[in-house]
Amino acid sequence: MALAPLGAGGYTRSRESPPPVAVLTALALCLGVLVLLGALAVPLGRHRQAGRLVHGGCLIVALGFVAVALTALLAGAPAEPLVLPFGPPWAAARLGLDGLSAWFLLLLGVTGACASFFALGHPPGPARTLPPFPLFLAGMALTLAATDAFVLLLGFELMSLVSWALVAADHEKPENRAAARLYLIFAVLAGGCLVPAFGLLAGNAGGITFEAMRAAPPEGWGAAAVLALALAGAGAKAGLVPFHAWLPLAHPAAPSHVSALMSGAMTKVAVYVLARLLLDLCGPAQPSWWGIPLLVLGAGSALLGALRANLEDDSKTLLACSTIENIGFVVLGLGLALAFRGADLGPLAALAAGAALLHALNHGVFKTLLFLVAGAVLHGAGSRRLDRLGGLIHAMPVTAGCALVGAAAAASLPPLSGFASEWLLLQSLLAGWRVSDIGFQVITAAAAAIAAMAAALAAAAMLRLFGLVFLGRPRSPRGAGAEEVSAIERGALLLPTALTLLLGLFPGVLLGLAAPALRVLTGRPAEAPARGAWLTAGEGAAGYAPLAVALLLAVAFLGVALLVRRRSPNATQRGPVWNCGFIDGPFGPFGDPLAQPSAGGIAQPLRRMLGENLLRARESVEMPRPGETRPGHYASSFEDPSGPLLIAPAAALRDRIAAQAERLRDLTIRQCLSLSFAALVGLLALLAWLEAG
Amino acid sequence: MTFGQLPYDVAHLLGGGMLLLSFMLLYQRRVGAVINALAMQGGILAAAAAWQGVVQDAPQLFLTALIAFAAKAVLIPLALRHLLRRLDLHRTVETALGVGPSMIAGVALVALAILVVLPITAGVRAIAREDLALALSVVLLGMLMMITRRNAILQVVGLMTLENGLILAAVGVAGMPLVVELSTAALVMMLLVVGGVFVFQIRERFDTVDIGFLERHRGESP
Repeated sequence: MALAPLGAGGYTRSRESPPPVAVLTALALCLGVLVLLGALAVPLGRHRQAGRLVHGGCLIVALGFVAVALTALLAGAPAEPLVLPFGPPWAAARLGLDGLSAWFLLLLGVTGACASFFALGHPPGPARTLPPFPLFLAGMALTLAATDAFVLLLGFELMSLVSWALVAADHEKPENRAAARLYLIFAVLAGGCLVPAFGLLAGNAGGITFEAMRAAPPEGWGAAAVLALALAGAGAKAGLVPFHAWLPLAHPAAPSHVSALMSGAMTKVAVYVLARLLLDLCGPAQPSWWGIPLLVLGAGSALLGALRANLEDDSKTLLACSTIENIGFVVLGLGLALAFRGADLGPLAALAAGAALLHALNHGVFKTLLFLVAGAVLHGAGSRRLDRLGGLIHAMPVTAGCALVGAAAAASLPPLSGFASEWLLLQSLLAGWRVSDIGFQVITAAAAAIAAMAAALAAAAMLRLFGLVFLGRPRSPRGAGAEEVSAIERGALLLPTALTLLLGLFPGVLLGLAAPALRVLTGRPAEAPARGAWLTAGEGAAGYAPLAVALLLAVAFLGVALLVRRRSPNATQRGPVWNCGFIDGPFGPFGDPLAQPSAGGIAQPLRRMLGENLLRARESVEMPRPGETRPGHYASSFEDPSGPLLIAPAAALRDRIAAQAERLRDLTIRQCLSLSFAALVGLLALLAWLEAG
Repeated sequence: MTFGQLPYDVAHLLGGGMLLLSFMLLYQRRVGAVINALAMQGGILAAAAAWQGVVQDAPQLFLTALIAFAAKAVLIPLALRHLLRRLDLHRTVETALGVGPSMIAGVALVALAILVVLPITAGVRAIAREDLALALSVVLLGMLMMITRRNAILQVVGLMTLENGLILAAVGVAGMPLVVELSTAALVMMLLVVGGVFVFQIRERFDTVDIGFLERHRGESP
C-alpha cells in the first residue's frame, strides 16, 4: 500500500482509491441537478406538483451525497480534484473531497434527505420558498467540495444568501423581517471575517489553493489574526457565543424543514470551515494555546445555550438554543484537539477530534429529527408555543415516539447517540491534565465542569420540552383537536429516529468510518478511539459498549415490566383526570389549562438560580390593593447578554459612524478637494515608506 | 546620458524652471501676477516639449510644444485677464492657508515626490526619472494651490498647473502618442470653459467670486 503524503493534511491510498472521476463526477452531477432544480422552481413555482418535484429531486440528490460520502470514506478519498471546464477568470474551478469534507458531506446528505422527505409530505408553503431550497443544499455541498478559498467562499456565501431568503420567506410578520435582517447582518459579518482570514493565508502562501496554503502555514501575528477572524467568521455562522443572537430568532422564522437543515447541516458546515481553517490549513505545528479560545467560547456556548433552552417557551426557539449548546460541545472538542496536537499528544488529539466529529454527526441527525417533530406538531396541533400544546402523545403517537427518541438523545441518555459523543468529549476533557501547562489544566477542569452542567441543563430542557408538548392534558382547544401527521411525514420522522438509534448503538463503527477525517484533523495517521462497536478512551482505560448498555437496560426494563404484570395482573383502566378540585374550565372535560404546569413555571427554579446572573432574568409581581377588583399581575423576563453587550454597542457604533459620514455632505468644495489631496499624499507617503523599508 | 551632458542639463533646467514657477504661483499676492506666472510656466512647458522633440528626434512633440505655447502661454492667460477685467474683481489673492505655510507645505511635497519617484524608477533612463520627479512635484503643487486659495480663478489656475505637470511627465517619456496630448489639451480647454461659466454664474448671483460666500447659500451651514 503506497501512502503518498499530500501536504501536511491528508494521506491518500493512491492505488486502491476508485477512479476519482466517478466519485467527483457524481458529486458535480448532484450539484448541477440542484442548480437546475433551483432554476426550474422559478417558472414552476405556482404549479401544484412543483413542491413534489423540487423536494423529491432534493431527496434523491441528498441520498446521492450520502453515497458519494460513504464511497469516499470507505474506499479512500479521490487523490486528484476534478477540474471543471469553467470557473473564475484566473483558473478553472475544481471539486475535491478528503476525509474531513466527506464526513461533513455525509452529515449534509443525511440531514438533507430527512428534511426533503419531510417537506414532501408537509403542506406546501409559499412558492417563493421553493427555488432557494435546492440552492441552499448546493451552497453547502459546494463549500464542502471546495479545494480552494474562492470556491469555498462562493459556496459559503451562496449558502448564507439563499438561507436568508428562506428565513425571510414568511415576511408578512414583522418579527420575521427583523429576524431576517439580523440574520443577514451576521451573514455579512461571517463573510467579512472569512474573506480576510483566507486572504491572510493566501497572501502568505502565494496561492488560493488549499495545497499552497498548507505548504506555508502562518506564523506570529498573522496566525493570531487568522485564528481570531476564523473564530468570528465561522462562529457567526455556527452560532457560537457571542455571535449567537440570530439563531433563536431565525430558526422559528424559517419553515420547519429549513430550520432542520439550518440547524442540522448549516451550522456544521460553518464548523467544517472552522476546522478546515484552524486544524488543517494552518498546519499541524500551531502552538497549544490555540485551543484555549475555542475551549472558552465552546464552554460558554454550551452553558448559555443549555440555560436558555430551559427558559424559552417556543419549541423551535428552544431547539435553536439547544443547537447553540451542541455547537459549543463540538467547538470544545475541536479546541481540545488543537491543544493536544500542539502538546504532541497524538492519541488524545484523535480522541477529542473524534468526539467533535461524532457529536457533529449525531447532533445533526437528532436535531433534524427534533425540528421535524416541531414542524409536525405545528402542522398537527397548530402551535409552536409550549403553553398551547400538551397531551399530544394520545393524538400523535408516532410523532411522540420519535420525539422521545430525539429528546433522549439530546439529553444524552445511553444508549442513544448523544451519550456516545458526549461521553467521548468528557473523557477527552478529563484528560486535559496531560498538557503540562497549569493554565490550560485549570481551563480544561473548568470547561469539564461547565460541559457537565450544560449536559445536565440540556437534559432538563429536553424533559421540559417533551413533558409540556406530549404529556399532560391539552392546554388549548386547537391542541385538543390535534391529529397525527401524514404518512410521508411520519416516515420522514422515523428515518432520523432509526438513524439516532443506530448511531447510538454503533459509535465505534462510525468512528472507524471517520478515520480519514481524523487523519486530516490530527495531521498524522491516527487511531480512532474505538474498538469494534465500542468506544475507548485514554489508551483503553475507559470504555463504553453501547450494545451491552442497551442489553442491560432492556433486561432491567423487561424485568420491571414482568414484575409489574405479576403484581397487578388486571388490565389497565383509564379514568377521568383529577383536576385538583377545580371545576371544568372553558375547555370542557380537559380541565382548566392553568391548573397544569406552564412553560414559565417549570423554568422558574433555573431562572432564579442561574438566569438572574447569566441572563439578567427579572420577575415582577403587581398585586391589587385590598378592595381593588383587578387581577394581580406577574411578569418574568430575561435578556440574552449578547443584546446589551454586543448588539446594542454595535448599533450605537453604526449610528455614530453614520452621523460622522453625514457630516461629509456638508463639506465645502475646498474641503472635498483637501480630502482627496490628503488621500493622495497619504498614499504617496505610504509608498515612499514601503520603498524605504 | 547623465549629469553634465547637454540634453540632460537643458531638460533638467526646464523642468526645474517649471517647479520654480509653481512656487512663484504659491507666493503671489496679486491675481494679475499669478496669471503672468502661469503664462511663463506654459511657455517653459512649450520649451521643454520642444527640447524633448529635439532630443528624442520626435517631430510630433514640436506640435505638442506649439499647442502648449498657444494655449497655455497665450490664449488661456489672455482669457483669464479678460475675465478679470470684465468681472472687475479684487486684484488681491485671498488665501485659506498663509503664504509661509503654503511654501513649507510645497517644499515637503517636493521632497515626498522625490522620495517616491526616484526609488521606483531605479534602472530607467536618468532623464525620465528626474523629469517624473519634477512633474509629480508640479502636480502636487497645483493641487496644493487649488486647496489653499479661495478665489475661483486661482483654483482654475491651480488646475492648469496640475495639467502642466501631467504634460511635462508625458513629454518626458519617449513614444508618447500625440492623440493623448491633443485630447488632454482639449480637456483643459473644456475645463477652462466650465470654470469660466462657473465664475460668471457666481458673479451674476452673488457679486463675488469668493467661494466662501457660496457656502452660506447652500442652506446647510449657518
